[in-house]
Amino acid sequence: MKSEEEISRRRGEVSGAVTYEWLTQAEAARFHKDPDNFKPLRASSLVGQQQQRLSDEREGLFSVIDEFNLWRSKPELAEAVAAIKALTAVIQRSEATTMMGLEIDLKKASEALKAWDETSISLSAGCDLFMRYVTRTSALEYEDIVAGKARLIERGEKFGEISLKARQTIALLGKDFVQDGSTILTHGCSRVVLALLKLAASNGKHFHVICTEGRPKNSGVEMANQLLSAKIPVSLIIDSAIAYTMEKVDMVLVGADGVVESGGIINMIGTYQAALVAHSMSKPVYVAAESYKFARMYPLDQRDLPLAPCYVHFPGALPESVIAEVSTRDYTPPKYLTLLFTDLGVLTPSAVSDELIQLYL
Amino acid sequence: METRRGARMVIDPKVRQVGFVTPGSELGRPAAPEPPGAAAPVPVVANSPSPVIIPLLLIPDTSSLRTTPLPVPSPPSRRVVAAPPADDSMPLGSYNPSDAILGSSQGSSERTGNNDKHGSAPTDSLADMSLSNASTLAIRLEGLNVTNDGISNVLSTSTVRSAVAAAPTSVEHAFQTSSGQGIIGSVPAVSVDMAAAANPQADPRPMPLKDRTSKAERRAIQEAQRAAKAAAKGVGTDIAAIADGNVANEVKSSKPSSQKKGLSEKKPAVFSDKKPVVSSDKKPVVSSDKKSAEKASEKDKRKDIPAPRMQFDDEQRVAKAKRRSLIEQTEAKNRVELFRHLPQFLHGTQLPSLESKFFHEDPLHPHPSVFQVGLQYLTREIVGGNARCIAMLMAFRDMINDYSTPMEKTLVRDLTAKINSHVSFLITCRPISISMGNAIKFLKTRIASLPVTVSEFEAKHSLILEIDRFIQEKIVFADNEIVKHAVTKIRDGDVLLTHGSSCVVEMILVRAFELGKKFQVVVIDSRPRLEGKGLLRRLLGKGLHCTYTHINAASYAMQGVTRVFLGAASVLSNGTVYSRVGTACVAMVAHALGVPVMICCETYKFHERVQLDSICSNELGDPDALVEVHGRKDVYSLRGWADSKHLHVLNLMYDATPADYVSMIITELGMVPPTSVPVILREYRKVPYVM
Repeated sequence: MKSEEEISRRRGEVSGAVTYEWLTQAEAARFHKDPDNFKPLRASSLVGQQQQRLSDEREGLFSVIDEFNLWRSKPELAEAVAAIKALTAVIQRSEATTMMGLEIDLKKASEALKAWDETSISLSAGCDLFMRYVTRTSALEYEDIVAGKARLIERGEKFGEISLKARQTIALLGKDFVQDGSTILTHGCSRVVLALLKLAASNGKHFHVICTEGRPKNSGVEMANQLLSAKIPVSLIIDSAIAYTMEKVDMVLVGADGVVESGGIINMIGTYQAALVAHSMSKPVYVAAESYKFARMYPLDQRDLPLAPCYVHFPGALPESVIAEVSTRDYTPPKYLTLLFTDLGVLTPSAVSDELIQLYL
Repeated sequence: METRRGARMVIDPKVRQVGFVTPGSELGRPAAPEPPGAAAPVPVVANSPSPVIIPLLLIPDTSSLRTTPLPVPSPPSRRVVAAPPADDSMPLGSYNPSDAILGSSQGSSERTGNNDKHGSAPTDSLADMSLSNASTLAIRLEGLNVTNDGISNVLSTSTVRSAVAAAPTSVEHAFQTSSGQGIIGSVPAVSVDMAAAANPQADPRPMPLKDRTSKAERRAIQEAQRAAKAAAKGVGTDIAAIADGNVANEVKSSKPSSQKKGLSEKKPAVFSDKKPVVSSDKKPVVSSDKKSAEKASEKDKRKDIPAPRMQFDDEQRVAKAKRRSLIEQTEAKNRVELFRHLPQFLHGTQLPSLESKFFHEDPLHPHPSVFQVGLQYLTREIVGGNARCIAMLMAFRDMINDYSTPMEKTLVRDLTAKINSHVSFLITCRPISISMGNAIKFLKTRIASLPVTVSEFEAKHSLILEIDRFIQEKIVFADNEIVKHAVTKIRDGDVLLTHGSSCVVEMILVRAFELGKKFQVVVIDSRPRLEGKGLLRRLLGKGLHCTYTHINAASYAMQGVTRVFLGAASVLSNGTVYSRVGTACVAMVAHALGVPVMICCETYKFHERVQLDSICSNELGDPDALVEVHGRKDVYSLRGWADSKHLHVLNLMYDATPADYVSMIITELGMVPPTSVPVILREYRKVPYVM
C-alpha cells in the first residue's frame, strides 16, 4: 500500500495534468481551433474550480450537485457531460483507499445527482454510463487504488472529450441527409439539430426549415431565432399545424432528450404526433442524438415515462375543476423513426439496443 | 399461413402449393377463383407454359397424368362436393412412401377396442400435473437458497418426494398406459383446419410399401431441373426463378426435412405438365442414373455440414437410431404428413420397455438418476423448460459424481460419449427442449475444455461446480433478475394477461402482488393440458384477483388488458419466440389490440437458430389428448379415430411467435427488444459457449 501522502501527491499530479489536457481537448473540439484561443475560459474555469475546491476543503464537504451545476452553467455543455465531469471530480476527491470504496463513493454521488433531478434522462444516462465504466474498470482489479483512480479519471475525461465531439460528428454525419432545396420540419429546440442544420447551410445547401411553435416553452421560437441568425430561411407554425404542413415537408428532423432501449426516443411533447403524421405521409423522420443520451429505459407506452411536469399557460380564465395535462415530453416508438444520427454512426432504431447492450452489459 | 398462401396465389396460381400443404389437402386445395367446372385439369396444365423443361429421364407416364389435376385450382366447395377419384391420391402417396414401413410396423391391431381404457389417463394427468408442478417448483425453490452441497440434495429430496407423491398416481398411470399402450399411441395427423383431414381422398389407403425415391434420385431430378433452368434462362419467368430457387435451396441443405422433400417432389406435380412425379412406377427410369448420382450425393453429403437435427422421415437414420436406442418404441401409424420429420411415436409404448430395464446391470445402461429423470419426462411428471433443464443437470451431476474413467480411456472423451448416450436416452423419452440443448452444450464445452493434466477427482469436482453454477446463475438468479425487471412494468390498476403456466410469469405476478401492487390477472388456458389451471390455483392461493378463460375467448378477454406476460421455451435469433402452443395466438390478439406483449425468458434459452414457422421444428404431443375431453365422458365422437385412414390428429406442443408481435423480451440482462436477441447471443455466448 502506498502512503497517504504519496497518494495525495499523485492525485494532485493526475488531476492537474488531466484537467488541463481535457480542457484543451474539449475546447479544441468545440471551436475547432487551436487550444490557445480559449485561454481565458480555461483560466477562469480552473480558477472557479480551484475556488470551489478550496471552499469545499475549508468546509470539509464537497457537493456533487454543486459541481454538476458548475459544469452545467457552461453554455455548450450538455447535462450528461456535466454529470460525468462532476463524477470525475468525485473520484479526484475521494478519500477511499480501495476500489470498492471508491465505487461506493461514486455510487452515492450518482444517486444524489439522479435524485436531484429525477426527470432528466440524459443526467441519469450520463451517471449510469460513467458508473458502468467504473465498474468495468474496477473489474480489471488494479493492484493499487492510485492506478485505478488515474485510470478512472482518464476515462472520465475521455468521455467528456468524446461527448463534446459528438455534436460535431453528428452534424458531419447528418448534413448529407439535408438535400438542396428541401423543406425540413423540426420540433423543439435542439443544439444538435441546430449544429447539423448550420453545418449543412455552411456547406452551401439551400433549404427551408419549418419550426413548430413548441408550446409550452416556446422552444421552437428560440430555434427559429437561432436559425435565422445563421441565415437559414425559417417559417414558424403552431403546433397543431403539423399535419397541415406535412405535405410540403421532405423530412422531419428532431433532437431527443433520451434514446431508449427499444430505439424509440423521448423528446419534447409533440414529437410523437409529428412522427405519426410523418409516418402516415411516408416522410422520413430523423433523430439527431448523442450516444450519451442512450438510456437503459424501455417505456411501453406514454404512461411509462417518468413524469416531467411543467407549468402550462392556458390563455383565458380556467375554472379550478379543469384538469390540465402538464407533461412536457412524450415517447415516440421506434417504428415511426427512420434513422438516428448519433456519434456512433447513423443507426437504425433497432441498432440502439445493440449499442446499449454493448455499453452497459 | 392462409394469407401467405393467398399472396402467392395472386402472383401465380401455379406456385401456390409450394407452401405448407399436406398432400391430402393439395387435392382439394382451393386456389384461384376458378369455377368448379374448370376441373378438367389435364389440358389446362398441358397448356401452361412452364419454363422448366422436363428432364429427359423423367418421362411422364400415367402416374404423372394422374397428378395433373393438382395444379388446377378449385373452389373450396369442390373439396367437399366433388371428391377426386380415389387413384388421384396415388402419386401423392408416393410422396413419402417408405415411411409407411415404419408407420405400419405394429400397434395398429391392438388399437381397436382399447380406446376406453385410456379414458382415465387424462383424468390422472391433471393430478399429475399439479404434482409435478409442485415437485418441480420445489426443485427450483430449493435451488434458490442452497449452495453446492445443498443442491446435491435438491434432486434427491425432491425426487423422493415426487416419487412418493407420484406413486399412487403416476405409477398407476404408467401401468395403465403400458396396458393400454396401443390406444394411447400417438398417431398425430393433420388437424381439422388442415383442410385435408376432411378430404376422404387424402389417404385412401396406407402408404404403399414401395421404395421411396432415394436422395440420389431426388438429387438427379433436381440436377436435371437445374440444368433445365439454365437452359431455359432468359425465357424463364418469375415462376421459374421462384420454383427453381426453391429447389436449389432444398438441394443445398444436406438433409432436407420431410416437408422439403415433399416439396421437391411435389413440385413436379405443381408444374405438372413438364415434371412428372417421381413415383415408384417410375423407379427403373431413375435408377439408371442412380449410381452416378449416388456417388455425387455421397460426395455432397460429406461436403455439407451435418444436419442439425434428426429428421424422422429419413429412413436410414431412423433405423440406425432405432438400433442404438435403448427404448423400443413404435412409430405412429397415421402420421401427419407435414410433420413427418418429427418423431411420432405411439405414446405409451416406451414406458414398459423402460420399466423392464430398470434393474438391468448393463454397462450401457443409463445412470439411475438420468433414468429416473427420463421416466419423469416420459410420464410428464417434470414439465416446464426450467424444471426439465434443472432436473437433467442434476441427473448429470449425479452421473458425473458416480463416474470413474474406464481403463485405457480418457475422461474427456469417455465422459462426452457417456453424456451423448444419456442425452439420446433422454431424447427418446421426450425430445429435449432448446434450453436443455443449450445446457448440454454448455456441459460438453466444459468437459472438452478440461485440461488434460487434471486428475479425475478434480475434473469431476470442477464439472459439478460448473453445473451448480449454471443452475444458480443461468436459471435461479436469472429468474430473480427477470422478476425484478418485470415488476417495474406493472402499475396499479393494470390487468395482466398470461397464457398457460410459466414459472417465471408466476414469480413475477406473485412478487408484484407481494409488493402491494393492485392488479388483476387473466389466465388464458388451452386444451389439452390445461396448464393454466395449476397457475390459477396457485395464484388464487396467494390471494390474487384472477379471471380464467380458454383461448377461444382470447380476443374478448384481451379487451381491457393492459399488459401481456408470456413465458417462452426459447427465443430464436430473429426474435421469434418459440413457446407453448397458443402463445402466438395470444400475442397476435394482443398485438392487434395494441396491448404490449412481454416475453419473459432467461438468456440461456436463447438460440442462434432462425425459425420462421412452427413446422420445421416442433414437438408432437399425444393426439389422443385432443380426442378425449376432460370431464366429458359423453364426448366420444372421435373414439377409434386411429383406425380411420382419413383422419390425422395433430397435437402440437409449441408454436413460433413472430417478433412483430413481441413488444419486449425481459431477460436477466434487462429488457430488450426482440431485435436485440442476436446481440445478446453474440455478446454473451462468446465466453461460456466457446465451442
